[in-house]
Amino acid sequence: MCEAARSILVVVGVLAGAIAIAAGLIWVERRLLALWQDRLGPNRVGPFGLLQVMADMIKIMTKEDWVPPFADRAVFVLAPAIIVVTALLSFAIIPFAPGIGVVDLNVGLLFFLAMSSLGVYSVAFAGWASGNKYSLLGGLRAAAQMLSYEVFMGLSLMGVVILAGSFNLRTIVEAQEDMWFCIPQFLGLVIFVIAGVAETHRLPFDLPEAETELVAGYHTEYSGMKFGMFFVGEYIGVTLISALVVTLFFGGWNGPVLPPIVWFLLKTSLFICLFILLRATFPRPRFDQLLGFGWKVMLPVSLANLLVTGAVTLARG
Amino acid sequence: MGKSMVSLIRAAWTMLTHTFRRRVTVQYPDERIRYFPRAKGRIILSRDPDGGERCVACYLCAAACPVDCISLQATEDEHGRRYPEFFRINFSRCILCGFCEEACPTYAIQLTPDFEMCEYHRWALVYEKEDLLISGPGKYPGYNFYKVAGLAISGKGKGEAENEEPPVDVRSLMP
Amino acid sequence: MVTIYVDNMPYQVREGQNLLVACLSLGFDIPHFCWHPALHSVGSCRLCAVKIFRDENDTRGRIFMSCMTPATEGVRISINDPEARHFRASVIEWLMLNHPHDCPVCDEGGECHLQDMTVMTGHVYRRTRKKKRTYSNQNLGPFINHEMNRCIQCYRCVRFYRDYAGGRDLDVFGVHSRVYFGRLEEGALENEFSGNLVEICPTGVFTDKTFKKRYTRKWDLQTAPSICVHCGLGCNTIAGERYGTLRRILNRYNGQVNGYFLCDRGRFGYDFLNSDRRVREPLAKTGQGSGSTALEPISADEALSRLVDIVQNSSRVIGIGSPRTPLEANFALRDLVGEENFSSGMAQAEQDLVSLIVHILREGPAPSASLRELESADAALILGEDLTNTAPMMALYLRQSVRRKPMAVVNELRIPGWLDAAVRGAVQGNKGPLFIAAPIAAGLDDVATETYHAAPDDIARLGFAVAHELDTQAPAVVDLPADRHALAVRIAAALREAERPVVVSGTSSMSPAVIQAAANVAWALHSRGRQVTLSFVAPECNSLGVALMEGRSLEDAIEMAERGQVDTVVTLENDLFARAPRDLVDRLRASCRNFVVIDHCLTGTAEVADLVLPAAAFAESQGTLVNNEGRAQRSYRVFPAPDPIGESRRWLSKAVMARARGRTEEWESFDDLVTRMRQALPVFQPVSNLAPSADARIVGRKIARQPHRCSGRTAMLANVSMREPPPPRDADSPLSFSMEGFQGISPPPLNPRYWAPGWNSAQSLNKFQEEIAGPLRGGDPGQRLIEPRDNGGREYFNAIPVAFSPSDDEWLILPSYHIFGSEELSALSPAIAERIPSAYVAIGEEDADLLGMSEGMLARVEIAGAAESLPARIVADLPRGVALLPKGLERLKGLAIPVRARIGKAVQAEKS
Repeated sequence: MCEAARSILVVVGVLAGAIAIAAGLIWVERRLLALWQDRLGPNRVGPFGLLQVMADMIKIMTKEDWVPPFADRAVFVLAPAIIVVTALLSFAIIPFAPGIGVVDLNVGLLFFLAMSSLGVYSVAFAGWASGNKYSLLGGLRAAAQMLSYEVFMGLSLMGVVILAGSFNLRTIVEAQEDMWFCIPQFLGLVIFVIAGVAETHRLPFDLPEAETELVAGYHTEYSGMKFGMFFVGEYIGVTLISALVVTLFFGGWNGPVLPPIVWFLLKTSLFICLFILLRATFPRPRFDQLLGFGWKVMLPVSLANLLVTGAVTLARG
Repeated sequence: MGKSMVSLIRAAWTMLTHTFRRRVTVQYPDERIRYFPRAKGRIILSRDPDGGERCVACYLCAAACPVDCISLQATEDEHGRRYPEFFRINFSRCILCGFCEEACPTYAIQLTPDFEMCEYHRWALVYEKEDLLISGPGKYPGYNFYKVAGLAISGKGKGEAENEEPPVDVRSLMP
Repeated sequence: MVTIYVDNMPYQVREGQNLLVACLSLGFDIPHFCWHPALHSVGSCRLCAVKIFRDENDTRGRIFMSCMTPATEGVRISINDPEARHFRASVIEWLMLNHPHDCPVCDEGGECHLQDMTVMTGHVYRRTRKKKRTYSNQNLGPFINHEMNRCIQCYRCVRFYRDYAGGRDLDVFGVHSRVYFGRLEEGALENEFSGNLVEICPTGVFTDKTFKKRYTRKWDLQTAPSICVHCGLGCNTIAGERYGTLRRILNRYNGQVNGYFLCDRGRFGYDFLNSDRRVREPLAKTGQGSGSTALEPISADEALSRLVDIVQNSSRVIGIGSPRTPLEANFALRDLVGEENFSSGMAQAEQDLVSLIVHILREGPAPSASLRELESADAALILGEDLTNTAPMMALYLRQSVRRKPMAVVNELRIPGWLDAAVRGAVQGNKGPLFIAAPIAAGLDDVATETYHAAPDDIARLGFAVAHELDTQAPAVVDLPADRHALAVRIAAALREAERPVVVSGTSSMSPAVIQAAANVAWALHSRGRQVTLSFVAPECNSLGVALMEGRSLEDAIEMAERGQVDTVVTLENDLFARAPRDLVDRLRASCRNFVVIDHCLTGTAEVADLVLPAAAFAESQGTLVNNEGRAQRSYRVFPAPDPIGESRRWLSKAVMARARGRTEEWESFDDLVTRMRQALPVFQPVSNLAPSADARIVGRKIARQPHRCSGRTAMLANVSMREPPPPRDADSPLSFSMEGFQGISPPPLNPRYWAPGWNSAQSLNKFQEEIAGPLRGGDPGQRLIEPRDNGGREYFNAIPVAFSPSDDEWLILPSYHIFGSEELSALSPAIAERIPSAYVAIGEEDADLLGMSEGMLARVEIAGAAESLPARIVADLPRGVALLPKGLERLKGLAIPVRARIGKAVQAEKS
């Protein structure tokens, strides 16, 4: 009974935490972007503008939740839910600290890859169901982009799997007590971060919603909380990828002095900031450049990485 | 490839260093910056040094306006001096780009540093000629279009403008 | 065709052109000033310089004036050669030395050839510090504004005014650097074509004075293709609107009709649209029945319900159409009242004349001449027409035709026809055959070979005699005096020698015999194998159109009403008082219960109506007009008339629906109405081919009536509403009332303006023509409805009238025509009104002696019992026994001319 209550507590805690962090990121991102662009950012609502998040939420909740008459209603409503659900489900396998985690799957990494594959449906559905040419273009771009980058995202992680000898994330973290995998798997790390940015279609890989070309891409027709779900889904995705980077390459909760959960959160926030820094810095590539880069550069590099890792591991016996 | 990678990382580093730069923006209603005399804000119509309307209703500002928010009608007084019968700027459309000022051949239309023109009603942003006209010459104190143009108006006949000879005597046979 | 090389690229051009024309036809931009497609080359401005190379090895080349150099086989030229460019820039710099700094207040700005050329040559900065030369201006009357400072001495104005249009009072004065273009003394320009100076002048010396008070730049004008309504010639115009008022008329080139020019009536007569005589809201007599109650404004809804009520409760409705209204409106009326109740709105005499013209053009082998064809006629005979006043543009082109024959000498001397100064020098004062037989001296008399002033019957007899001289089959005229017989022989000889003679006549002498005589002459010439054309002057812009509808005459309609079978009369855009005697119209008014008038101006007829519906005038309505040639042409709305003014056919469509009691009629849209008209009247078959239908699109878009630079659309209505209403829709045509739409070279019938990149002035027309002065790209608009049936079996007319014999106590009253005043609509324009002469009675010198009258003395003219006192005007060569009363002048409306009248000195009491 106590075990069950603890499980429920952890589940609720993770869920609430993920959503709260995602919501908080709205403020964090705007402040950070402002910081790097020599501006001030939102600073009017509450201390340091912290209540801006509340204001935004009130606004977005009370907006007219409109489904265009030309849209495919069922699919249109379903699409935003998928992205949030898949992203949140992925959190189930994250080992936050020893003893803190929702489930301990021995195919944890595969579960994450499966969930991120499902996420494609969200944007593809949204783009198609909107009945708008810009949305459709955005949806098509998203599908092509996510499918392409998923391939070597999976491959880049295989190095880690080989080193740790497991798909279980908890085992992977424990395998890094001596050395974080970011050192032997540096290439894997770079590839995973790039793929992660593309998977969450954040700048510079935000071509599915490229405002300058496609109005707002696949979520052009969305408003109110449905749009909010895409919005939040994106931030949950950012948090998720950051958490995975920490888990897979930076030793997860490992660290001296401070309690493990603090280490985990610290490292994760650092990578979230990195995501925002990327957004602040880079311009958007052309779509053919994006796909060309994926298939012609990243895929061979990740395959080479896998081969070398495998060879070295074999050679060491 | 490698080179561009380095440049990307350097760009990210440059961005990071901006964490410690001074903020450019100010807390507007609490703090104010000094507006330069040529800052582009509310549009006015100026007058000649001798007090006449400078605008000759040539329509160039209206043609230059990218949002088509200037509308006027030319007319003439009995002495041939041209002026706008009405001159209307819809400031709810104006983007304060200053093209009208650039286009104006008589320095009549000018942008002033004042930009604080919020209203509760959109119609209050429609300015007619009476709202636009100021009593002075604005940024260009000395200029008087009719003193350099060849057209005759009351008080300035043919050949009396700057750099003009008196009207020719058609009947003269002098070489 | 010859091959020329322009900047090393070979091009095929027509032989005999000059290089400037050839290059402009090919689409190259060569700056030019003094050359004009109708005035040809004089080579005085030196701006069209190009480099000519001897052969492909020649790299230095020499600078030539392209307008003075023929395009010969293998000639190699360079337009973009740096030296040539520099030369042209220098020329502009010199021309601009004294140009005043006043583009902002110049009416030409934005459509100025000088501006275009300055930009094209790249001159930007006045380097000299010399003082500028100035001139004093002249007041040139109500049409033209004069600003001599802007002159660049290209001589186009005097070349057009004097050499082309035959004007005398504009000339060039002074010497050296003091050359002045103006009149000897201030005063209105007398020539009927002075308005063309606005377009001829490459800069702002001559500008449109009627446009000045409410000036708008060309880029702000909403324009549409229109047809002039002020005479029967159907000149093509571009009408421009801004802020809901019509602002000006420009020429719209039609290679078959008006070419490059318009007359002053057509150019400045538009202002009736803005006049205070306009009916702007429905008016009705509120008191029932009695005619004494005044017209009061009512709402559009009430007007409509009254109209519906009247139509539904009438057993028989008579519709009186109008020859000054498009076919569609007339047909809509005909559809409402039924074929047997439709009147053409013309008086019996006029209708007979127009029907006779239609008959002659249909039956005879001689086709009607298009207006532009007159220019290339090499001999002309005018019977009974004062062309400068009844069909001014016809006079302009006949004036050119007299140069045709002497041009033969030019070919002998191997001077190219476009080398204007040389041609005029070679031709000297020689003139081709042009014979005028008319009651009085007319504007064309100065170029006529011989003139003959006589009463219409005598003119007809002369015509019949000429026909007999040409073909003995034609009836002979008995008792012709010897001098007249000799004249007929001379005329016949001249016509016989010509290749392409033209015979001109018309309705203005109100004599069927004159028209028949003209037909006989043309037919006789045709039987001798000449390419003869006939040209008849029609009285109004759609006279032939309504004649083709074959309605009843006005008198017929009145008689029908009087027989008591009619309870409602609907009059469409027609002032009956101007067509029939007052008492006749009064009788019509008295005999019907409801008298409905649909018109745009408050005419005398409208004033006595029970219900007046405000109609849209020409620039506010769409329709088809048939000109004197039988050419149907489409005119489009320039702007939608403000509510509650509606197009006539819209009012009628409501009435038709009411009469049909719910049955939906087939013609809600314009195109449907045209289709229905074609079904009902097969003669109008070609009307639907005049222009693309309303659903036509160019690359998916309508054609924009506003230029792409049109300004002020988010501000012009901001004082009324912040909402920025969408522009009005036009369901009737492929044109849009906004700047959204196709802006390129549109099909000629729909082309709303002339503009091409780099060419803001009217000269951009070059880009719209297949070749310079040739047809428009896509073909000249208009379709001829009347073509002669090719049968040789027609009979000559043989009703030769007896010679006119003057009587001592009665005078034959004929109408005299004035370009300004004889046409009722243009007369409402303030500028035209300034030029309208006051009423008079004209008598010959002999008659004046007989009556003991002198110029200006009051004469008492008694017609059918009614007397009128008018100042006398003594006209030297007016034949004995004939007196003239000016047509259309306010005091003399509705006289059934020709009539006989008694003329005497007015008694003293009336004088004071």
